[in-house]
Amino acid sequence: MVAPANPSYRLLIALILAVVLMVLDQRTPWAKPVRYWLGYLTAPVHYLAHLPVDTGEWLSEQTQSRSDLISDNNHLKRQVLILEQKVQRLAVLEAENVRLRELLNSSADLGANVLVAEIIGVDPDPNRQEMIINKGAGDAVAEGQAVLDAQGLIGQVISAGPLSARVLLITDASHAMSVQVNRNGVRAVLAGTGQSGLLRLLYVPDTTDIKVGDLLVSTGLGQRYPRGYPVARVTDISHRAGTPFAQITALPTAHIDRASHVLLVQPVDDDNAVLKPATGEEQP
Amino acid sequence: MNDRPAGTGVILVTFFVAALLEVIPMPGQLDWVRPEWLLLVLIYWVLVLPQRIGVLWGFFVGLYHDVLVGTTLGQWGLAYALGAFVMLAAYKRMRVFNGLQQSAVVFLLVGTASLLAFLVQESVGHTLYPPYTILYASATSALFWRLVVAVLHWVQLRFLVR
Repeated sequence: MVAPANPSYRLLIALILAVVLMVLDQRTPWAKPVRYWLGYLTAPVHYLAHLPVDTGEWLSEQTQSRSDLISDNNHLKRQVLILEQKVQRLAVLEAENVRLRELLNSSADLGANVLVAEIIGVDPDPNRQEMIINKGAGDAVAEGQAVLDAQGLIGQVISAGPLSARVLLITDASHAMSVQVNRNGVRAVLAGTGQSGLLRLLYVPDTTDIKVGDLLVSTGLGQRYPRGYPVARVTDISHRAGTPFAQITALPTAHIDRASHVLLVQPVDDDNAVLKPATGEEQP
Repeated sequence: MNDRPAGTGVILVTFFVAALLEVIPMPGQLDWVRPEWLLLVLIYWVLVLPQRIGVLWGFFVGLYHDVLVGTTLGQWGLAYALGAFVMLAAYKRMRVFNGLQQSAVVFLLVGTASLLAFLVQESVGHTLYPPYTILYASATSALFWRLVVAVLHWVQLRFLVR
């Protein structure tokens, strides 16, 4: 057997390459193409890992009985009726809102386009709260887009590969966003803790009017999330003597660990767009 | 019997399967003890084919791991390159070791590589748990080492990788 060539030089090359890549990845956007192109090789792995779930869903769809489908259908029809009725009222309210905003001389909120994606993987590292969705740059997914489910905000896209994208959840320890209490408009910073289902309100003085059960909605101040989506509900408040701020925990309204499909909010192409990719406090 | 290299495709497929095991969903707490499958497969190929699979393979497999799990680019690349380097230095001894001794070496090697990756992750502020948590995965990697050897040895003979 031939002895291998002296590997020290190769180690040196690898070390230099690795350090250069790390610095580029942390400090500049120049390493993004590397991640993007390797995405062609990693996305199939995520799709394949999700295959058992897909197969199970397909099987249960195939074996559903006719009566089940009919009852499902009836249920959905009723739901559509109720939702349509709500939308009718919403149209009136929206028009009224625009008029009132004109009176106040402020710009109107614009609607946003929505794209549906499926969750195909969650990050195996317990240190991070991230997930992978089955839509990528090919479907016009871009960094900074807000991700939500039917109940509330889930997170934001932090890197878009060609076939899949990575979503940073609001429960990640490196994530923080601006929210306000729906009841009275008090603003605060909502930060993740790294544990699923646990969020914390930071730097809230003891005397602030926040109660258990209050709904927290996004403010759009970080220019990353659209305004007015429900984010979390306050679950616990404790005032400890000796600490300057109240300890407030909250539970995300979105069913983050149960959702299988999510909505991506597309930025609207306008100067008044409610959602713009920008750097701010909400950067991961 | 000639000594021309063969079976690069098979090696790539084994890395692909290891990557699959690396991200396949597991119930909650088991994520702590998920073995470093990609590193185990890398160690095996360096052990049996040191003239072909070395530091640069390690670097690129590690880079693939980085993109797969979304860590800082180069974090695992660095760790795997070093792992491959250590294995290149020790493969002759490793081959005469018995199962238990080999597992011990794997434990140290995976632990060292994970520690390196942990240091990088720590420096970019993405760690929540203390560094000893990497020992769980290192221990299970050592436990699974004999299995990896058995499977990959069969693959190597069956598909004539050399």
